[in-house]
Amino acid sequence: MTDTTDNPQTGEANAAPVSRFNRFDNPWFNPKLLWGAGILLVIILGGIIGRMVWDTDLVFTGSTPLKLPPLGFENLRRQEGVAEFPLGTDGAGRDMLAMLIIGTPNTLMIGAIASIIGMSLGIFLGFSAGFVGGRVDDTIRVLSDVMITIPPLLILVVFQSAFGDVSLVMMAFLIAGFMWQSPTRLIRAQVLSMKRSGYVQMAQLSGASTFHIMFKEMLPNLIPYLFGSFIANVTTAIVTAVGLEVLGLGPQRIPTLGRVIYDAINSGALIQNLWWWWGLPTMLLATMFIALLLINLGLDEVSNPRLRKI
Amino acid sequence: MLGIPRSYLINRAVTFVLTVFIAATLIWLIPRFSPVDPAEIMLSRMAAGGGAVADSEAILAQLRADFGLNDPLIVQYLKYMGNLLTFNLGISTASFPTPVSVLIAQALPWTLGLMILSVVITFLIGNALGAFMVWERTPRIWKVVIPTFMIFTSIPPILSGLLLMYIFSITLRWLPLTGSYGLTVEPGWDWTFVASVIEHGTLPALSIIVVTFGFWTLGMRGLMISVQGEDYVNLAKAKGLKPRYVLYKYMVRNAILPQITAFALKIGLLVSGQILVERIFGYNGMGKLLYDAILDQDFAVIQGVSYIIILMTAFSVFLVDLIYPLIDPRIRLSEEAAA
Repeated sequence: MTDTTDNPQTGEANAAPVSRFNRFDNPWFNPKLLWGAGILLVIILGGIIGRMVWDTDLVFTGSTPLKLPPLGFENLRRQEGVAEFPLGTDGAGRDMLAMLIIGTPNTLMIGAIASIIGMSLGIFLGFSAGFVGGRVDDTIRVLSDVMITIPPLLILVVFQSAFGDVSLVMMAFLIAGFMWQSPTRLIRAQVLSMKRSGYVQMAQLSGASTFHIMFKEMLPNLIPYLFGSFIANVTTAIVTAVGLEVLGLGPQRIPTLGRVIYDAINSGALIQNLWWWWGLPTMLLATMFIALLLINLGLDEVSNPRLRKI
Repeated sequence: MLGIPRSYLINRAVTFVLTVFIAATLIWLIPRFSPVDPAEIMLSRMAAGGGAVADSEAILAQLRADFGLNDPLIVQYLKYMGNLLTFNLGISTASFPTPVSVLIAQALPWTLGLMILSVVITFLIGNALGAFMVWERTPRIWKVVIPTFMIFTSIPPILSGLLLMYIFSITLRWLPLTGSYGLTVEPGWDWTFVASVIEHGTLPALSIIVVTFGFWTLGMRGLMISVQGEDYVNLAKAKGLKPRYVLYKYMVRNAILPQITAFALKIGLLVSGQILVERIFGYNGMGKLLYDAILDQDFAVIQGVSYIIILMTAFSVFLVDLIYPLIDPRIRLSEEAAA
């Protein structure tokens, strides 16, 4: 019989008391969290540094030869990749590297903006529901229950096909309209359980204002959950944005990773074996999602120590 | 009904009706603010087909009257809502006199088939792996292999779909690239057709399965960890029950329940993911219908597809809510105690 039923924390303390004094024994120094954040940082830095060192005018149609392969590969017409366009070019004469440099931050930005707005709304609504209770709680609860079932993609498809071209920020705002439900539910549940805890009741008895209790006493305890929910929302927002772009909606003239994939699929890049055209943005997006997942798993372990032992 | 408390039933039913109502209203309301006029799109399509259109003003007016665009907004809204109740979703402008409901009825079985298949497989694999990750008797190698696979869970199925297409259709040429059955195959209930459908459906299903099972695995892992320390599990082990029996009857049976509610939260994302998979694979489902409608600016179809998918989503959430108290007696009892 293994001793898996033992409490992992006491087990660790007994086995290695030294680790208590290890300065890396901090839940925030979680390998998954660090790896995820590291990968994401590299992607963001790539976007920033790339703009400085690479000629971003190459994202315009016809600025390069067509369908050149990446450096060291050969395309079906026996053309070899050139150092001038190291990641190859697409079927409309655009440099892949320049498109990734411009497109990646755009895609991330949509996710971040949508998630920040959704998060702020969620914090506000969740606290209101949990704290005020009564009719306010009922309304917010039912509304978030209802809105969480509606797939954002479909409403946004209706919206964007009716309105045509949208800007990046507009797209982020539209997606944000579907990003507040899960933080609202999460925070409401946490606030309801915290409301009965000693320190909140103490604050209430000592005459602290509701605002003070909500934001000074309770909010700091919610930070790991909020971070986790934020990252999950960034992922969902990017997935939704890429989905819209692959359906041919979203910003039409601004390069985003989803837009590049859409162009590639529509031009038959798969059949023509132009793998760099659809493959590079796909791999970059996949890496981005893996990084976000790692951050989220790490944050889970920070806020729930029971998960750490596996 | 079957011992489910009435208050719970009413609560869930109201949420279901409200979801469909709000979604339908949004779908109706959004295009009203748009500067695009469906009648003009129709006309430009006619013009594209026949060069010039005589009496275009008269035709525009007639089309507007046919679409009911001259009525007051509230009348249009009530008519629309009434039509939705009878599944009258209007007429497609791209494939003109075909009703949208006919187009959807053709696409829906494909989508539902692919969806049910991939959801069932994912749910089974995902939860089994999640349980094995925590079970103390799982071979150590699995505890390394499973988390490695988990890396893929956050990737949307459209990306895995593209990669699988490249590997299995372009490079290895094992499976067909697009479509839902072979071009030369006559639809019917014979073996060649069924084989062709299975051959064409494998990649779309696979691209959904490889990236979604991890959601269940992760959830199940968390739930199993909390069940693992419970006294009744220790008691069962102390009684000397077979480890497998303890795993299935004591641990999994209790841990899996919240997973079923998690399904209700996840289904929206699953549906959206599948629509995109159908679009890249050119699979004859709702996704392809929607994509073609977007290309053709066929609003009636876009609205109809969106409405039907949201209706399906809300209905499956409602079903899950109804089934839940039957499999988890605690809900039933606590609601009864509260009532």
